[in-house]
Order: sequence, then structure tokens, then C-alpha cells
Amino acid sequence: MGAPLIQSALHPAGIQAARIEHLWWVMFWVCSVVFVAVVVAMGIAVVRGRGAASSASEATLARSVAIAVGLSIVALLVLLTEGELVGRGVASLREQDPNALRIQITGNQWWWDVQYLNPNPSLIVTTANEIHIPVGRPVGIVLRSNDVIHSLWIPALHGKRDLIPGRVTEIWLQADRAGFYRGQCAEFCGLQHAKMALGVVADLPDDFERWLTQMRSPAPAPTTPSQTRGKDVVERGPCAMCHTVVGTLAGGRTAPDLTHIASRSSIGAGSLPNTRGNLGGWIVDPQHVKPGNHMPAPGLSSEEVQPLLDYLETLK
Amino acid sequence: MRRLMCLLACVAVAAAGCEREARRYTELPAAANRSTAVRLTMLQPGSPQPLSNVQSPYQYNAYGLSEGKRLYAAYNCAGCHGLNGGGAIGPALTDDKWIYGSHADQLFSTISQGRPDGMPSFGGHIPDQQIWQLVAYVQSLAGMVSQDAATSRNDDQAAAKPENRIEDARQIQTGHR
Repeated sequence: MGAPLIQSALHPAGIQAARIEHLWWVMFWVCSVVFVAVVVAMGIAVVRGRGAASSASEATLARSVAIAVGLSIVALLVLLTEGELVGRGVASLREQDPNALRIQITGNQWWWDVQYLNPNPSLIVTTANEIHIPVGRPVGIVLRSNDVIHSLWIPALHGKRDLIPGRVTEIWLQADRAGFYRGQCAEFCGLQHAKMALGVVADLPDDFERWLTQMRSPAPAPTTPSQTRGKDVVERGPCAMCHTVVGTLAGGRTAPDLTHIASRSSIGAGSLPNTRGNLGGWIVDPQHVKPGNHMPAPGLSSEEVQPLLDYLETLK
Repeated sequence: MRRLMCLLACVAVAAAGCEREARRYTELPAAANRSTAVRLTMLQPGSPQPLSNVQSPYQYNAYGLSEGKRLYAAYNCAGCHGLNGGGAIGPALTDDKWIYGSHADQLFSTISQGRPDGMPSFGGHIPDQQIWQLVAYVQSLAGMVSQDAATSRNDDQAAAKPENRIEDARQIQTGHR
């Protein structure tokens, strides 16, 4: 899945993650200095042995203790101050920005349901497992859960925020650099917790608007006989029980929306790169790739799977 | 001799536990005999057929039963039969009245084929494996499955008893056969 830096809190791509990275380095240096100082002091004590201590005056000892306590308090104050400042900085993005983009992400075992909110219901975009955000614009993500507690963590953009059933939580982030970043569920949520990734694509504003417009379009009509047969499989077969393809009869709401499946970079919430072979393997036996996930083997014949793949590849 | 019996008892308990805990993701359960479809008339040629003793393969399986419970909501069985099977626009599933029979094969046919006056037919839309999980869950609503494998209480408040506290199976009336 590309360079490892797409999921690193030490390579921030946004203002929030940069603040958290700053705090991390402050803690790292304070703790390193304290650690080295303690080890050095202990080394000196070991070398000097017992004799030196018993010969030292009461005043010398008292001074040493005072210095040690003083340094500890200074280190504590530095950390507390930095923690408070970073906390305020992280919270400051929360202030209402009329320009902000609002997304709702709902956690499910084991995938992310995504809706781009809009006061006009016909402009709401539904997708899954991969979000696009515009660079340089605050994004407020509303978080919900349908089953157990999940946690959204996109290390390059922000810290973690839990998704709790029956509660609504919120996280504000902003990307300052275009690129692909990987998010991951960070709260153990069951068997396939590890394979519950969220792709985040930070686009330049124009690219983002183009993408959003594309996402608002329904599935294109099939153009070849094979694609027509594939659409038939989606509508008549088991797919439509759970999946939605806008513009067709498939309207299930319990599994990821497939209207633009071909535009996503991975399948199975980051389980596999989205290629024709992987998609075919996944459809034929989803339990082999991600055992325990809620998609059953649909029992399609090969005469049905190939047209189905032809059709799914058109859903850009 | 007593030692051997002890050992055998331990093995039996362990084996029973294995079945309860097994998570069979891909397996299609052994094809159950579906020949004893529900009868819409009491008239039969020859002598009346005895009841089938086919059981859902998930009857003693905690994972299968919990999947049945999840599917019961996901496929909107709850929309007509009520979230805890108490019944609404569709008949209740917690009592001892079974219009089309309470045996596993009869329930399978009911879910798979659908029934007149409202019950949709799920056959071909969902895999047989999931129908068997639903069969086991529906039976658990009436206390017809192993109590130690049945699902426990909901996360939210429910008026009904959790399925694993519904006591011994009632003597079920099986519709006209």
C-alpha cells in the first residue's frame, strides 16, 4: 500500500497532526533529558561510593535534593504548559467556519459508512471506506457507530476519536498537503479490527469539487451485453439485499454503497488493492480474504461473476 | 471404571463446548431434508407422513444464533415480526402458534418460499446458510434451542426476556399436517 509514511504521526500532513507531533517531540526531549540526567546522577553515585555521601554535610545534601525537586517541577510545568497550549490549538479548529466541509462517518463491523452532509438532501453523497477532503479547508467529521465502539485514527491528520453506539462524537481536521493517507480503526472491535482501514485522499480544491460532482451522479447505464448481464446479476442476485447502486434497483442499506466502487483504491476496507482479480476473488469467497466479515459467499457461477466484474468496473 | 466414565464425561463436555463456540464462516451446512414442505391441506395420499427431525445446523452454535439475530434486524424481519419477535403487522414468533409449522425444515421453507398474505420469499436472495441461521434464531425466540448457546440481552432496553432466558421449549403445535 505505498510508502509507510501514509500512516505516521511523525510525518504530519495537517495542522492538527503538526500540533500533536510538536507535543510528541517536546515530551520526547524532556523525557530524554530527565532519563539521561537520572542515569548520570546514578552513575556518579555508584562511582563515588558510600564514603562520599557519609562525609557530605547536611547542607550539601539539602541543596542536591532542592535542585532535583526544582528540575522536576520545571519539567512538569513545561509539559503541562505545552499540553494545555496544544490542547487549545487542537480545539481551535472546532470554531464554526461557514466554509467547513461536513462528513458523517458511521462505524460498522468492519467498514466505514461515509456520507457527505448537505442541507439539500439530493446533494448528499454516500460512499464507503475512502474519503476525499479538500486541502486547506476545515473538515468536521460527525462520528457514529451501528454496533460496537470503534475509533477513527488518521495519524497524519489528527489523533483518535471514538465512535460510540448511541452517541454522536465529532472530530475536526484539516489537510495542508495533497496526498493519500491511511486511517485505521484504533479500538478493538472484533475479529477483523485489523482490516478496518479508511483511505483519506486530500485533493486540491478543484479536484475535490470535480470528485464530489462525479460522486453525485448515479451509476452509468451499461453499454455492452456483458455489462447489462452484470447489472442484472446485481439486481436479481443476492447483492441487492445489502448493497446500493444508485440508479439501479439495488438499494440495500446494510453494506457499503457500490455506486462508485471502481473509483476507490481498495476493497474490503483496505483489505486488498482494488483490481479486477482481487474483486473477483473477494466476490467469490469473501470469507477467505477477511474471515468473519458479514458478506457471505453469494454462490454465483463463473458465467455470472465475469459479467458482474465487467459491470462493476464501469462504476467509476 | 469410574475414572473412565469421568474422562468420557469430560470429553463430552468439551465436545459440546466446541460446537457452541465453532465459527463456521464458509461452510454450507449439510443439505437438510426439505422434502417435508408445509402442507396447505390436511389431505395426504397414503398414511400421514411422520414429522421430519431435521434441525438447523446452528441450533447449538452461539455464533450462528448471534448471526441469526443480526440478520433478523438486517433483513428487516423485525419490520413485521417485531424487534424481539413479539409480532406486529406479522405474526408473533414468541408464542406457541405456528401457522406454517415450527420444525426447522418448515421454518426453512417458510423463509425460503414465502407464505401467502405478506411473508416475502428470501430464497435466492440470501444464501441457504443465512436462512439456517435465521431458522435457529427464530426457534430461539420460542425457547426451542439450547439455552446456553442462545443470544443474551440486547444492548438497549428491551421489553422481552433475552433469548437465553426463555425457558424450556414449549410443546409446539406444528400447524396442520
